[in-house]
Amino acid sequence: MKLFYQRLLHGIIVLFFLITITFFAIRLIPGDPLTDEKSYPPHVREKIESFYHLDKPLITQYFYYLSNLLKGDLGPSISKQGKAVVEIIKQAFPVSLFLGTIAMLIALIVGIPSGIISAYKQNSKTDFIVMTLAMIGICVPSFVIGPLLAKYIGLNFSFINVAGFEYATDWILPSITLSAGTAAYLARMTRASMLDVLSQEYIKTAKTKGASIFRIIILHSLRPTLIPIISFIGPTFAALISGSFVIETIFQIPGIGQHFINATTSRDYFLIQGIVLLYGGLIIFSNFIADIIHLFLDPRTKKA
Amino acid sequence: MKRKSTSFLLCFLSLFFFFGCKKESALEKAYREKILLVGNSNEPKGLDPQLVSGVLEMNIIRSLFEGLCLEHPSQDRTSVPGVAYKWESLENGRIWIFYLHPNAKWSDGTPLVAEDFVFSYHRILSPNFGAVYSEMLYPLKNAKEYNKNEIGWILFGNQSSFNLSPEIIEKINFDGKDSEQKSFNKKGLKNLNLEELQLLEKNPQLFDWNEEISPKLSKSILKELIQYRKKGSPDLWEKAKVGVEALDKHTLKFTLRGPTAYLPELTKHLSWFPVPKHIILKYGKIDTPFTDWTKEGNHISNGPFKLKKWRFNHFIKVEKNPHYWDKNRVSLKGIKFYPISNSYTEARMFHDELLHLTYGLPPALIKWAKTNHLNELKQENYLGTRFVRFNTKVNPLNNPKVRKALALALDKKIYIESILKGGQNPAYSLVPPMQGYQPNGNLFFDPKEAKRLLREAGYPNGKNFPKLTFLTTDRETAKREAETIQEMWKKHLGISIRIEQKEWTSFLESQYQANYEISSGGWIGDYIDPTTFLELWTKTNGNNCTNWSNQKYEELLSKAQQTKNTKKRFSFLNQAEKILSEEVPIAPLYWYATNYLIHSDVKNWHPLLLKTQPYKFFSLERNSSKTK
Repeated sequence: MKLFYQRLLHGIIVLFFLITITFFAIRLIPGDPLTDEKSYPPHVREKIESFYHLDKPLITQYFYYLSNLLKGDLGPSISKQGKAVVEIIKQAFPVSLFLGTIAMLIALIVGIPSGIISAYKQNSKTDFIVMTLAMIGICVPSFVIGPLLAKYIGLNFSFINVAGFEYATDWILPSITLSAGTAAYLARMTRASMLDVLSQEYIKTAKTKGASIFRIIILHSLRPTLIPIISFIGPTFAALISGSFVIETIFQIPGIGQHFINATTSRDYFLIQGIVLLYGGLIIFSNFIADIIHLFLDPRTKKA
Repeated sequence: MKRKSTSFLLCFLSLFFFFGCKKESALEKAYREKILLVGNSNEPKGLDPQLVSGVLEMNIIRSLFEGLCLEHPSQDRTSVPGVAYKWESLENGRIWIFYLHPNAKWSDGTPLVAEDFVFSYHRILSPNFGAVYSEMLYPLKNAKEYNKNEIGWILFGNQSSFNLSPEIIEKINFDGKDSEQKSFNKKGLKNLNLEELQLLEKNPQLFDWNEEISPKLSKSILKELIQYRKKGSPDLWEKAKVGVEALDKHTLKFTLRGPTAYLPELTKHLSWFPVPKHIILKYGKIDTPFTDWTKEGNHISNGPFKLKKWRFNHFIKVEKNPHYWDKNRVSLKGIKFYPISNSYTEARMFHDELLHLTYGLPPALIKWAKTNHLNELKQENYLGTRFVRFNTKVNPLNNPKVRKALALALDKKIYIESILKGGQNPAYSLVPPMQGYQPNGNLFFDPKEAKRLLREAGYPNGKNFPKLTFLTTDRETAKREAETIQEMWKKHLGISIRIEQKEWTSFLESQYQANYEISSGGWIGDYIDPTTFLELWTKTNGNNCTNWSNQKYEELLSKAQQTKNTKKRFSFLNQAEKILSEEVPIAPLYWYATNYLIHSDVKNWHPLLLKTQPYKFFSLERNSSKTK
């Protein structure tokens, strides 16, 4: 419980710094939310600036923002007229959460078992094939995998569309694309960690005692193998559910990743701040969860 | 064991069968439901016609709203009845009367009357509203003065009891001048609050009055201003007498600043669309921007369609408006707009039969489209010009000869044919050709003349020419463009330039601040008339950014504004354009073309210069059944 409060306090301090830095940093970039392809006449610009309080001194704006934040108001989006930042996050984040979770599951289901198989059959043909695939998964970026999947699967199977988010099958390609890198990384990590565990004395003992392979892997080595992986999964999961600009635009997914990029390009101050806050919160939260899982898997950390 | 695996296999197969059968293609479904599926590049900024300015917003808004006149489905610069069934101009084009359809209604069934238009123009011009396109209504008499809140003119100009001339009003100093000594003179009378005005009444020495203003006049001006502030500075709409008036329920009268022959063209622009008074006032005051009236469920419009669903960043669906005055004409049951920002994704979706119409087509896919979708590929002229901007204050670009030399050394034809390949036309002048108007310029590719001019300017063969920087955006196409220009100037003039790429908004910011030497630019017409291009290069236009201005040029433009006869007016504009091609604040590159894909199911689609095909005329028909 003490750990919980400590973490919470840390989290709040980190978020506070994050907000402050973001607030001032984005205002240092040239241009402002009203820098548009068509220039605003000065008298019009004046009115819109005063509507969003952009005409006030920076420090006034900052405290104004903080006080609204305490009330749970992230402010209005400037690039999407009349939309509140909270509203945009509420609409976009669940989509990214859904896709990210599925991608995480795929990555776990594919990555960990193939890592285990690879480790067990070290230096075999299987190991070689799995590790080559994993290397490809890590190296080939999603903006290559995505269009390839769209072209060869989306166009050839009538029940899978190349893009969109309306039909029941539309999540398949984007979540596979999203999971590829993570699955590959997980496979490599699991393999390394497993090899490490398999070389331990107690495994050798178990082997000599005649324990079955299945027993050795599941009962004796899986838990220690997973410990380093858990701390990798925390931030990775946060990254997966925070959406990806590339995948969202390739597959036409209404997630949160695009907003982050678009808000930056259009200097939508409040939207950037809101999303940075969300990302910060996600990372802190997922690290916290990873810590707790750690605690259960590795009793040694309890004492620490 | 065997049975188990068989049943598993069966299960698996039936799953495939289920998916395989269930799915009719998106286009088949759309055809059955009569829904047009449109790629629309991005999520719109909003759906308030008076607060947006982008093409993609206009695409949606044109389906929801309708102005007084409507675009002809196949002819440019031709108007068919919109909300108005007929219109006429009187007094040499200074007065226009529009007669509205008696059965015009809003999508909730409320009658649409002339008063709605008066309200709409009052709203878009409201000084506190902040509409980016308010300038589009400046042809209306006093509209500019009201929009810019020129209190001096409105309260004391020749329409009020004071009856002062514009010159006198200028001398009184309402707007404030930075060059003045006293702080009240710096601020200007217009910007003083009640306390300051009262202080001034007691201590007249705080403000320097022009000697032409008698003490009596200055006193009564102060008195009037104090009274106005005491009343809480009420809206000046009534006093401003803006030239729009509802003669009766279905007759609308415009009084204009000058004869504006292209007024029907203007009324097709979204800034001239009516907005629903009864709904807007439910969610805020007349000049409150960004209220909830545009949200799904609240949004009311008067066009052939009404807003049905707005899934943020996902799609916008509009459905047929049962109260539309010409509803029998509308064949589509609805339109779905998808914000597809990745144009490659859009092309794939079109290929996979998920869209009827794409927003564009990336240059790299034109070849692909020519082999796969030859009949569906459209390459049409588009009312816009791509050009190079010169900062005319920077040495040596302050020499018109240098600018002209640079302009003449651009081999546009080669650029279009070997790199762009999108059906663009080489531009030898700013204004693209349009019905009745032939651009007047001579900036054709001419390397010999370019060299000669550069020599005359003191840089024979580009010797000693300073290394200038060409500013452009971070897009791939922009980079290629800059490199092409760099190469051409090197080859034909012997000068070298540096390329600087900036992220989009930073690029715009540098351009607006005139913090560049040479930069890339483009402009798309708001309406089909040369003025939409020529007005850019006036001194006060915020999009000029070249530090160039020319008095004769502005005189010609204002002369054109006062001319009703189109031929005569165009000749003034032609002369103005000539000045541009002699002074060369910009070097035209090409006149835009639009490349896109449209499915053969869509009927009654014809090329238009602004790509503003009215949706009400479209229909979906199949020639033969297609399978994927």
